[in-house]
Amino acid sequence: MKMFQVTGAAVLNTIERLGRAALFLYEILGNSWTLVRRFYLVIQQVFAVGVFTLPIVLVSGLFVGMVLGLQGYNTLVKFGSAQSLGLLVALSLLRELGPVVTALLFAGRAGSALTAEIGLMKATEQLAGMEMMAVNPVMRVIAPRFLAGVISMPLLAAMFSAIGVLGGNLVGVGLLGVDSGAFWSQMQDGVDFREDVMNGVIKSVVFGVVVTWIAVFEGYDAVPNSEGVSRATNHTVVYSSLAVLGLDFIMTALMLGDV
Amino acid sequence: MTNRKTVEVWVGIFVAAGVFALGVLAFRVGNLTTTDVENGYRVEARFENVGSLKVRSAITLAGVRVGRVAAIRSDPDTYQAVVVLNIDGRYKNLPTDTSASILTSGLLGEQYIELEPGGAEEYLKEGSRIKLTQSAMVLEKLVGRLLTTFIDKPADNGKKK
Repeated sequence: MKMFQVTGAAVLNTIERLGRAALFLYEILGNSWTLVRRFYLVIQQVFAVGVFTLPIVLVSGLFVGMVLGLQGYNTLVKFGSAQSLGLLVALSLLRELGPVVTALLFAGRAGSALTAEIGLMKATEQLAGMEMMAVNPVMRVIAPRFLAGVISMPLLAAMFSAIGVLGGNLVGVGLLGVDSGAFWSQMQDGVDFREDVMNGVIKSVVFGVVVTWIAVFEGYDAVPNSEGVSRATNHTVVYSSLAVLGLDFIMTALMLGDV
Repeated sequence: MTNRKTVEVWVGIFVAAGVFALGVLAFRVGNLTTTDVENGYRVEARFENVGSLKVRSAITLAGVRVGRVAAIRSDPDTYQAVVVLNIDGRYKNLPTDTSASILTSGLLGEQYIELEPGGAEEYLKEGSRIKLTQSAMVLEKLVGRLLTTFIDKPADNGKKK
């Protein structure tokens, strides 16, 4: 009997939490339009969320591209098609690695910081204080952070992919001696703007929404003490990583579906 | 807190770099500059077999790309494949007896349609049909044919050698 009660409580709790998260997203979106007049709030958060994530994204992008160049070359050279290296590097980055790895890094670097910040604001009753002063904390604190995350993600992913291609070019053309012309022409021949570049952008926008949503919700919903904040931060990283990887599979299946 | 101007400058740089990266992906990595067929006109061609030709495959004239395949469908009456070719408006002077053949780039590469102009006085226009076509070479059929010739005439081959 006890076992059933525990399971039931856990399921109900999860559903309730999902419901609260959905209502919270609705509230954020409803409050977003007021930010048009106070756009500086969003800019400030883009600075905190996007600009500070840039170094880690650029460095990882460069190295991921270089590793792709090395690994791809060693496999392709067996089939005598090392010229396709550019295409391989560009497609893997644009379609998968760019959006996904950026989202994972973003969850680790910016998402956890957002959760901790908002959770701490809640624990120190700053959010309650705002409400006392008739300032809507969702509008003043949450919505700018959410919008900043959604704006930053596709930009970061694009930079990741671009510098990754550069890294692949560095290793492939510079170190391994793939012909530079073949590298770029095969890439341009095989990469389609709508099919590959835009689908990657769509993916990264979706990941931006999901990761930032999870981050701000976990912070807002955290148990307001030090242990609760640390657990919320932990949840943000775990849940958003899982959500990104799961959603990536679904979106890839949908995007490749009609080919 | 960092002052307002610094924040704005950095965010400006960040957004500009992001947009620039997207531009690089679109124009340098992707093929946005070459995808569009301008003021194209559509002509039809019928093939016995299109092989692995796809929508958006290239159409070339003397090796230069002049258009893309717009649609491929099957004609239930003749059991043939109907391929709609979207040819760039700049190449309007293709004679009506132009022939279209499906070729493969390289040994295992993609398939494309090569146009060979004939000598007719009139030009192809929107909706006309290319009558001279050559189907795709299907490797299995080719190998099969080769094997049957060997099996049929083993003696002949021996004599020639």
